[in-house]
Amino acid sequence: MTEIHALSGAYAVDALDDLERVAFERHLAECADCRAEVAGLREAATLLAETTANEPPAALRDRVLAGIATVRPLPPETPVPRPRHRRVRLLVAAAAAVVLVGAGAVAWQQPWADETSQQQPPTAQSVLDAADALSTSLDFPGGASATVTHSDSVGRAVIVTSKMPPPPQGKVYQLWLDQPGEGMVSAGVMPVKEDQTVLLSGDAATATGAGITVEPAGGSTAPTTDPIALFDFGRSDA
Amino acid sequence: MEHLRPVGSGASPDDDSSDAPPDLADLLRRAGRADEVAFARLYDATAARAYGLALRVVRDPAQAEEVTQEAFLEIWRTASRFDPGRGSALSWLLMITHRTAVDRVRSAEASTRRDTTYHHQHQPVDHDVTAEAAQASLEARRVRSAMAALTEVQREAVGLAYLGGYTHTEVATMLDLPVGTAKTRIRDGLIRLRDALGVGS
Ligand SMILES: [Zn+2]
Repeated sequence: MTEIHALSGAYAVDALDDLERVAFERHLAECADCRAEVAGLREAATLLAETTANEPPAALRDRVLAGIATVRPLPPETPVPRPRHRRVRLLVAAAAAVVLVGAGAVAWQQPWADETSQQQPPTAQSVLDAADALSTSLDFPGGASATVTHSDSVGRAVIVTSKMPPPPQGKVYQLWLDQPGEGMVSAGVMPVKEDQTVLLSGDAATATGAGITVEPAGGSTAPTTDPIALFDFGRSDA
Repeated sequence: MEHLRPVGSGASPDDDSSDAPPDLADLLRRAGRADEVAFARLYDATAARAYGLALRVVRDPAQAEEVTQEAFLEIWRTASRFDPGRGSALSWLLMITHRTAVDRVRSAEASTRRDTTYHHQHQPVDHDVTAEAAQASLEARRVRSAMAALTEVQREAVGLAYLGGYTHTEVATMLDLPVGTAKTRIRDGLIRLRDALGVGS
């Protein structure tokens, strides 16, 4: 890992080959030190262009200004990543339905169940394996991603994260379920870990969505900041 | 991006003073809202630096014009993605220009590539960045004297990488450094330059 920090200077002046650049950008997403260093080194390198300044031909200005008239500016990045609705009913759904019918009131599928299992508390795996599991994924700038899967039959939701950067110093990521009439209800605080699977507390069958906020250590009883991510359970168009 | 950013962040206060030297970040922000007048002012304030940099990297004036045009169209297209929290507008704009120029020379070389002595024959090692003929702006003079604070090998490595558009591996070969040490020279040199110029952190 110390080796890759040393690429910051070459990266700042576009002197990495393609493979190195990809590797370093992956590292940058996780290394605040390198991000700060690259920003400073890039500012310094930029000033070298002062020493090579050269007036371009006037015709270039005309071509550039004519050119932009035909190019649509990108919209700003929306702060909350737009959900990539997958809502893929698992392929096992049909088979699982038979199991559910046969089992009557069984609330969730438990292929691993022992004999006393019917009232066992749901696990993350039971949500992910549920026949009616629905997933919504969000990608964050920098390569992190989070997927919330909820199952109405299990009545719970699970978040699976990948490459999540740590929360700011002294803060935590807190999970919420959006309950009709109640608003955001705490569904627990996430452990600080890049890649993890967390079962949200609370009834996901009634919730219309889930969210993540940054809260003071220990968590809050209600969100004190705007969510960094929102996951719509898609009830309105279900 | 230090951390994941909350909903609603990124709003920035508006400041519309228009007589002083143009506020590039403000012009860029307005360009992001498809303000062509602001973009024209941005072009006028920065084109000499962008074109000069492109010309320095690609060397051929016609290609430098193409690179500059391509870069400014990309700047127009992506202006809304500029984040003032992550660096200056000039740095962002010249980063796009530099990448465009570097992409141009590397893809051109990839198609005609490339016997082992290519570099030594093709281009004289640029021993002195300060010898560049250029506008004698105050800022340029300040940068030149900051470059003097670098060791000779740092100065050459930084110059070949940024102004020459070479990869650190190519720089190592050109300077007869062991592969893997040029990137360290580039980094050390940039750190010294940054500190001498008092920019960044
Ligand atoms: Zn690092």
